[in-house]
This record gives sequence, C-alpha cells and structure tokens, in this order.
Amino acid sequence: MASINEEFEVSKAFPPLEDLGRSGPCATMFLENSEVTSHTVTKSHQEAFVNPTSEVTEVHVLAVDDSVLDRKMIETLLRNSSYKVTTVDSGDKALEVLGIEGSLGLQFNISLIITDYCMPGMTGYDLLKRVKETSALKEIPVVIMSSENVPNRIQRCLEEGAKEFIMKPVKLTDVERLKLHISSPQMSCHVDQSSKLCNKRKFASEGCETQNTGRRTRPSGLTVVA
Amino acid sequence: MSMEVAKLQQKFLDYSNSLFQDGFLDDQFIQLHMLQDDSNPDFVAEVVTLFGEDSERLIAELSAALQHDTIDYRKVDAYVHQFKGSSSSIGAQRVKAVCSDFRVYADAKNREGCLQCLQLIKQEFSLIKHKLDSLLKLEEQIIAAGGTVPFMD
Repeated sequence: MASINEEFEVSKAFPPLEDLGRSGPCATMFLENSEVTSHTVTKSHQEAFVNPTSEVTEVHVLAVDDSVLDRKMIETLLRNSSYKVTTVDSGDKALEVLGIEGSLGLQFNISLIITDYCMPGMTGYDLLKRVKETSALKEIPVVIMSSENVPNRIQRCLEEGAKEFIMKPVKLTDVERLKLHISSPQMSCHVDQSSKLCNKRKFASEGCETQNTGRRTRPSGLTVVA
Repeated sequence: MSMEVAKLQQKFLDYSNSLFQDGFLDDQFIQLHMLQDDSNPDFVAEVVTLFGEDSERLIAELSAALQHDTIDYRKVDAYVHQFKGSSSSIGAQRVKAVCSDFRVYADAKNREGCLQCLQLIKQEFSLIKHKLDSLLKLEEQIIAAGGTVPFMD
C-alpha cells in the first residue's frame, strides 16, 4: 500500500493504436508522439478503511480523459466538490487502476467513474462496457462526458448502463450532482488484485456523513439523467 | 485602498469586459475563475498555459496533415475536434467557432476551406493567447499591489 500523499508515475509502452473501424473522429485520433503519459495519483490513495469514528466518507472518483486540459479541469472540479480524485489518460489505464488489466499491484476503492466519450483506442463507451461486463466492477456508477450532442450516442451509453451523460464543458453543478449516483455512501467496491474478487465493504453507519446535495431540479446545459 | 490598485482593477474590468463583448471569451472563462481559490491560486494561469501548449501542438499537427498531396481528412477532423474541445473548456469562443467551420470543411474534404481555416485558427489563437496573457498579467499586478482581482461580469 502506497503511503499517504505519495505521487508516483508509471510509464508503459503501449502498442500502436488500432483503427477500430468505426466512423467518426473517435476512431481516428492519433497519439503520434505516443509516449504514454504518466499515471499520477493526485491525492492520497490510502485505502478507505472502515473507521467508525470518522465523520466523512471520502468518495474516490476515477476520471478518464485523453485531453490534458480537460483532465486538469475535471480534477479541479471534483476536488472542489470534496472528492478524492485519480485521473488517467486512457481507458486502458483506467482498467489498470480498476484492477482488470496489468499488474500495477494497486488497490483503490473507486466509487464512481467519469469518462470522456471520445478517446483514441478505447472509447468511453468501450470502457463502460468493460466495467459493466466485469462482475467485480459492474456496480460502480459510470458517467460519460462528451462535447458532442449525439442522441444515438447518448442512447447507447444509457442503455449500456451509464448513469448520466454530461455535455462538456463540465460545470461545478454537474459534478455536484454526481453525488446522486453514488447510491450508498457506505458501499464501495474493493477489487483485490490477487484474487480478483470484489470484497464489498460496508462502513459503519455511524461513520458516514449523509450528503445533502442541495439537489437542483433544472439541469444546466444539456445533460441526460438516466 | 491605494489609487494604484483601484486603477489596475478598473483597467482589468475594462479589459475583461471588452474581451467578453467582442466575443473572444465566453462564460466558461468565468467558470474557470470560480474554480480558483486559496488552495488553488494559479489554476487559471495553469489552464491558460496548458491551452497554449496544446494549441501549439495541434496547429503543428494540422499544418503537417494539410501539407500532404493526399490529405487524411479524418485525421484533420480528429485534431480539430480536440482543438474545439480545449477551446471550449477554456472559453475561447472565437477559436471554437473557427473549429466548427473547420470541421465542416474537413467533412466535405475541402482542401481550400481547410487551409483557410488553418490560417484563421492561427490568427485567432495568437490573438486570444496574447489577450489572456495580458489579462493574467493585470491580475498579477493587482495582487502584487495588494489588491484583489474584481469578479468579472
């Protein structure tokens, strides 16, 4: 287990991206200088152990976006809403963090995944599918972001199990609304690297803060709530 | 409050208002400022820097892509899509507008149109980069003089 507030970087050589043959800009985005970027854990990644005396349950969000600018944006938005954040630049990296692929040997408690739709290689939709197909992870709510309002796309994502489809640029109000999707602050899915089993942990109810989201009934921008 | 600070603040307000009025920036730029606070005091400056670097990269890629005899328009479209995304995230409205036109030309495989848009995007990026740098510099001066940056709009 890594120590608190330790930042580490992992670089890996990834094979060249294949053109997956789908139409649209997503399939043909190239990373020509394809040094794979680092995976930086931006906040303390101590495991969220049960702590009955704790007043606050930290919610750990995994944000996926190939744009460095948008990663900075979403990270700040999430942090300002008091989430713990890990950002990665691809679906492959996201799967590593979640414990599906690779052997980084990291263990995180991810309560929500927010991912860009349009990414080279694995799109946000592909990532959504993988998560929903994996029994250890399918309970984790997934939210999709996109700069394009394509009804078919939105429909597909919602049908595949996305909780919400958020139009970019993402606003603070969008991020605050994410709390609604984390159905029960007491539950998060812990993936054990060695056994690949999901050990769901229940926090003592006294230790959990009920989050008053101050729910807004009028969504900002064009968002679709499942 | 000193005259110095008041003057700088007025200058800042006048300048930022003109940028909004002339359509260089939109509301998203204000949203960025809302994310800046004591625990994250350089957020806007960092985002502007990232935007600058990202844009320069994309302009270089687009220039290269449009130089070939046979242009890969899907590639061009992919780059413009990225550019549109980043300009949208920062609130660079005029750059974003050029990107929209650019995508139409790329879709239509219109070489001339694409080349024109590339020129336009270079111009608009150069303009907004300069203006953002000036605006941030004003903010720095206000803070250095002991004042607070007035809220825009």
